[in-house]
Parts: sequence; C-alpha cells; structure tokens
Amino acid sequence: MNIVVLVKQVPDSGAERTLSADYSVDRASASNVINEMDEYAIEEALKIKEAHGGEVTVLTVGPAGATESIRKALSMGPDKAVHVQDDALHGSCAVATSKVLAAALRTLNADLIISGAESTDGRVQVVPHMLAELLGVAALTGARKLTVDGSQLTVERQTDEGYEVVTAATPAIVSVWDTINEPRYPSFKGIMAAKKKPVQSLSLGDLGVSAGEVGSAGATSQVLEYAKRPARTGGAKVVDEGTGGEQLVAYLATEKFV
Amino acid sequence: MAEVLVVVENGVKKVTLEMLTIARGLGSVSAVVFGDADTAKLGEFGAEKIYTASGEDVDGYLVAPKATVVAELVKRVQPAAVLLASTQEGKEIAARLAIKLDNGLLTDAVGLDADGTATQAIFAGSAIVKSKVTKGLPIVTIRPNSVTPEPSAATPAVEELTVAVSDTDKLTKVVERVAEQKGSRPELTEAGIVVSGGRGVGNADNFKLVEELADLLGGAVGASRAAVDSGYYPHQFQVGQTGKTVSPQLYVALGISGAIQHRAGMQTSKTIVAVNKDAEAPIFELADFGVVGDLFKVVPQAADEIRKRK
Repeated sequence: MNIVVLVKQVPDSGAERTLSADYSVDRASASNVINEMDEYAIEEALKIKEAHGGEVTVLTVGPAGATESIRKALSMGPDKAVHVQDDALHGSCAVATSKVLAAALRTLNADLIISGAESTDGRVQVVPHMLAELLGVAALTGARKLTVDGSQLTVERQTDEGYEVVTAATPAIVSVWDTINEPRYPSFKGIMAAKKKPVQSLSLGDLGVSAGEVGSAGATSQVLEYAKRPARTGGAKVVDEGTGGEQLVAYLATEKFV
Repeated sequence: MAEVLVVVENGVKKVTLEMLTIARGLGSVSAVVFGDADTAKLGEFGAEKIYTASGEDVDGYLVAPKATVVAELVKRVQPAAVLLASTQEGKEIAARLAIKLDNGLLTDAVGLDADGTATQAIFAGSAIVKSKVTKGLPIVTIRPNSVTPEPSAATPAVEELTVAVSDTDKLTKVVERVAEQKGSRPELTEAGIVVSGGRGVGNADNFKLVEELADLLGGAVGASRAAVDSGYYPHQFQVGQTGKTVSPQLYVALGISGAIQHRAGMQTSKTIVAVNKDAEAPIFELADFGVVGDLFKVVPQAADEIRKRK
C-alpha cells in the first residue's frame, strides 16, 4: 500500500507562542517541533506497512526550517519525504494550504493518506475533510482504531457521544487521535538512516499552483487584531488540616456555585 | 433582511441556542436541521425558518452529504452568513463547505459581530484575535459557552429539503453509532461546571469520587491526559490540548498537576479551584482557590458539606 503521512512542523506548545507583525503564526523565533499528533499518524502508517507491505512517504508544507521535523519523522521509519516550500506560502490559510497539499498528493498517487486529527498551533481540524473534498476521496476522520483489509478500511471514529464505526475503500484519508497507538521512539540506527533518506523539495511552480492563490495574497480570511490575555494569577491556597473540604465548599458558596 | 443559516447537526444543544442568539444580530435566522427538528425550541430562540434534511442519504454516510445539502442551500438563498457548532462534525461540514464554495472560514469563534468579525481565543487561550472572512460569506464555527442564549419568540416556517447527493458524498459509510457512558450529565464542552480528575485519582474505580462531586454540583466530568492515558477514564472526556477545550463558569481540578497540555483546554474557565497534594503543582498558579491536601480526604468532606447545605 502506498501511504502518505501529512506532517506539520509547529511551534512548541510548551513554549511561548506569538503572532508576527503581519499576524501570521511566528514560526521564525519559535522553538519548532513536529506536531505531536502526527507522530501517531506516522506510527499507524508504519504498522500498516509492516503488516501489508508498501511504502510510506512523509509530506510537509512549510518553510525551510521544517526539514528538522521531516528528518525527525523519517527517523521513525518512513521511506522518503516530500517537502513543499516556497516563500509565497507564508501566511497561507487552511483553504490555501489544503489546495497545495492536494496538488502535491495528486503527484504521489497515495492509496492511503494519514494525518493527525489536528495540529497544536491552529487546532482547526479542517484539513482532512478539505483534502477529501478537493481530491474526491473518502475521509475517515477522528480515528481511534484503524483496520485495513485489502483495500477496505474500517475506522472507529471518536465522537462526543461515544464512537462511530465507518468504512470506505481506498483511496482515502484517515485522521487519527492520540488514542490510536503508541508511537515508537526513533532508534539510533533510524536517526542515522534518516539522514540519507531522499527528501524531494517542490516549489509551487513544480505543483502548478500560482503564488496568488496562496500566502497572505490568497488568504480567505484575515486577522484584524491580536492581543495577549493577561495571565491568570493564583488566588487563596489553603493547606488541608482537616477542614479543607469544608473550606472549599465555603469558597464555592461565596461564588454561588453551591 | 438576508437569512443567516444556523446548522444543527445532532439535536438542539446549548451551543445551538447560542448560535441562534448570535445569528439574530446578523440577519433573519434560518435553522438547517438534520433529522427531526425541535420546531418549538428553535422558534423560542428566534428561528424564522427551519430547513430540514433527513433520510438514509444524510444519515448513512459521514459528513459529506450534510455539506452538500448546506452548500446547495447557500447557493439558493444567498445567506449573509453560515454558523456551525465548533464540534468535530460542525468543523468538518464547515471545511467541506469552504472548499465547495471556494470560501474562507473561521473556527472556534467565541463571539461574532454583526459585520462578521469573529473573536477567537488562540494559543491555548493565551491570546485573543479578531478575524474576518475575506473571501465569500462568513462561515464560522461557534464554540459552546460563548454567549448566554436569549429567547426571542418566532413562529418558524418549515421547509423540507430535497436531498440530492453524489456518489462522492457516499464514499464513507457509517456502519454503527455507539453511545458510551455519560448518563444524565451535561455535555462536557457545554457544561457550566466541570469537575476533572487527573493522575492523582489513582485508578478507574476512584473516578467515582470525581463523578460524585460532579453530580452534586450538576456538572460534567472531565479527565486529564495522564488519567486518560492510564485508562482511568474514556478519551472523549479528556480536557486539554489533544482533547476538549472547555470554558465553564467553574472548573474543579482534582489530582491534576496542571501541565501545559491540560491548561490549554481549561484556562479560559471563569473560576478555577484545585485540590492537589503537591503544594508546588502548577495548577495552583491558575486556581482562584486551592486546597493542598489529599483529595481522598478533601473531596468526600466537600461532598458531605454540599449535601448538608442542600
């Protein structure tokens, strides 16, 4: 099975995150990491390859610095990577990013596309369905379990109420939550091997996407204002000496919750 | 006055009433309901019109048919805006709609002005942005607990839509829908009070303590990632970066250290209280009231005290 995993480099959510002067996500001065949920997508792809054979390709759209996350992804075991990078992509919205991903995916002929259910920077959760719509393939999103039987895919999809069992035939896109597996740690051998794995760099021109459709120029939405919220500050803290529960309820009562 | 479409995916929820309330500021409110419409409730909150779509073609497949139905309606009635809930499915319908209409979209709005300017909390609630769709009409998903629903009586006219979906919309079949435990508790993202347990709860059985306090307060139960990863509580109740974002009036954190991963999902809560045995736990930096102590002593005592006061 020819599997493509979508990998995004994001600012570390454990560190300070800001918007730049042009209100795009500040990626230049951020500490950047591979989007955590994407590691689960990679793991799932590798498990399918191990069970059914095939090839795993990492696909990333991002600035030059995203190479770091691509190598990290490859160190887990995928065979190769495609990196779409172009200065004109700076400031792209989800719609434009999906169009670029779709253009790249058309060149890769994937049977199965796997992505994380969301990225930690935008948390928008829209790209998998946008790609399904653009490519005309099936979408099985929010997976907590994926079963592959020939070309038939079955997914347990997490919902607010419980779960749904959904099925489709390949070609398809599956997005996964972090409950689906436990991603492997890259081995030393994997890290060394990743340095030699092919990473193909593609520009918008290579994909036949015009610069005006993407980036700030082609954005379908715009940030008008940005302000940091004042940080929360801790209030009263009592040490339980036998009446901690009562003191807690007394506080809740003054706030009219009890 | 142009119509504003409010998409109702799965029964009328609190967020539906919030959307109807917001939509009234943008135009004449029309609800698009999949399945049976609660005409009385939708009318009570100002729906002038209700479009319904149902049947196997809508129910039997994942998301895509619903997006097609909404897209066809948008082309016909040329609404001023489309509002959807910031749920998994709401966002997915919005995603497909944006592509079908070659239109922008905004997700997770906590406010929407009459001119279509949305307010969003970003980076784990640490910053606020105001944004606008600049291509096409505003397609905006609204996060639960954004506004207080306000009734405004209307008598909606109901129109049943003809559902015409393509084969591409029917690529992903829904074989089974399984409801898991929740009982009579409010839905996590919509609840006014959320009581969450973390690693400190110790095991799945002990979560009864968290549930008991939640029930006494009339709240929903949440769990930290550590608790979910340890198998104490199901994933759909996970609060945090890889789970749900909640913004209740009161958030009670029991045995939760307050790692950034968890804070990302709850730090816009109005009031936060915490019980943790570690006085240095970062959750106390957020908590309006904190008890440093053993939750197995503090929580049962608190539960007794609430019963006494009732």
